[in-house]
Amino acid sequence: MALDKNDVLEGLTEIIVEETGIDADQIALDKSFADDLDIDSLSMMTILALAEDRFDVEIPDDAVAGLTTLADAVDHIAGA
Amino acid sequence: MPMASASPMIVVTGLGATTPLGGDVESTWRAVLAGQSGVNALDNSWAEDYGVVANFAATLKVSADAVLSPQEQRRSDPSAQYALIAARQAWADAGAPATRPERLAVVMATGIGGLHTMLGAWDTVRERGARRLLPLTVPMLMPNSPAAAVAIDLSARGGAHAPVSACASGAEAVVTGARLIELGLADVVVAGGAEAAIHPLTLGAFARMRALSTRSDSPQTASRPYCVTRDGFVMGEGAGALVLESAAHAEARGAAAKAVLAGVGSSSDAYDVAPPDPTGQGQLRAMRAALAAAGPAVAANLAHVNAHATATPAGDVVEAKAIVAALAEVLGTAAAARSVPVSATKSMTGHLLGAAGAVESILAILALRDRLAPPTINIQELDPQVPCQVVRDRPRPLPPAGPLAALNNAFGFGGHNMALVFATPS
Repeated sequence: MALDKNDVLEGLTEIIVEETGIDADQIALDKSFADDLDIDSLSMMTILALAEDRFDVEIPDDAVAGLTTLADAVDHIAGA
Repeated sequence: MPMASASPMIVVTGLGATTPLGGDVESTWRAVLAGQSGVNALDNSWAEDYGVVANFAATLKVSADAVLSPQEQRRSDPSAQYALIAARQAWADAGAPATRPERLAVVMATGIGGLHTMLGAWDTVRERGARRLLPLTVPMLMPNSPAAAVAIDLSARGGAHAPVSACASGAEAVVTGARLIELGLADVVVAGGAEAAIHPLTLGAFARMRALSTRSDSPQTASRPYCVTRDGFVMGEGAGALVLESAAHAEARGAAAKAVLAGVGSSSDAYDVAPPDPTGQGQLRAMRAALAAAGPAVAANLAHVNAHATATPAGDVVEAKAIVAALAEVLGTAAAARSVPVSATKSMTGHLLGAAGAVESILAILALRDRLAPPTINIQELDPQVPCQVVRDRPRPLPPAGPLAALNNAFGFGGHNMALVFATPS
């Protein structure tokens, strides 16, 4: 069953805030994890692991490289 | 071996700690002088669920959650969290020395390492599969994690080291830090130890060695070094950190020395993986080396010993006899050696394992500062085999004037012996 994209964005935002301390206001669909939010690769892996857990989805390792922005991640998780 | 005469003098310019008695150095010290116990019954069901016979320990007085950000807590094992808390305090206490990052080193030890992270991750693997492991699992559980965390926090680029020698680890960090400065490899070293290993596994395993007190009916009087009824140590947790600095560097920036680190010594028993060599020869060699490095002028001022004294039946007596032998060599007579006030502060703090040597170094320095030897609590009847002048119940004044020196011992399973001599600054 596909997940609601707004719910996914909300959940992902919560995870990013908890993990990195980034202000929730800074987080939006068009933001890049690395370039805009300064999230390093291990933090990215942690965020995705927590997202897999929360949304009960799998994000295969070969899909990770394609997840540049929040929108990419939301689409992947919602479409998974 | 004595230090070469060209070795730079090393001073201590900053102290930091989080312990079962207080969230910082001064609150810990006040509680020590007041003879308080940091030991309490653990509020959990471990005794029932797992058959843990010693369900009490000396947990932190101020928990890390109250000090660190949620992100710092999520991204580091409690051992690294405690190290960060102590190191930041020590750094601030030293006045945040403006030193070149390449000349600033960290030596932050742990006895056991990221136990909670490791065992939590194993639970995850078994219950939910390896795919659920978090990517930071290994960096969080490795025993160099506290050293790395502190080096990153302070931008220390002159080396980050993590000596591991069980309950001698925190003192070995100070030994190693001194050597880095002596060898000219660093001007400033943040040295200390951190431990966060209170867990049913460690409590159960130490109890199986009969190293742990099992007085669950009376946790606050369970840690009773030198008492005839002592039955083992009480697990503690926490961290201590010292800023070590070449005297020239401290002087150039106008920093006051809290103490001189006058000499360090280390040895190994090569005897057994758990109990100390019963002749005390290994411990004696460490003390002798530290006193020789301090030199006869400093050693003659030896006025206080913060002993390792964990309250194991065998260990306390072996050390006490070795202390008297070592001090007799520098003070001239056994009678003079026996008259030096000896304190076993683990009676109050519990045994902080890899943090013990660092925290007790700090207590030895504060004893010199305030000219007060801290008490040893819970001695109902002094073991007649202990030949030392044990400070009981209340602090004992040290000579009110003139230079003083104090010895701190720390020994670890495996036969690791560390001895440190601190002196009042001139």
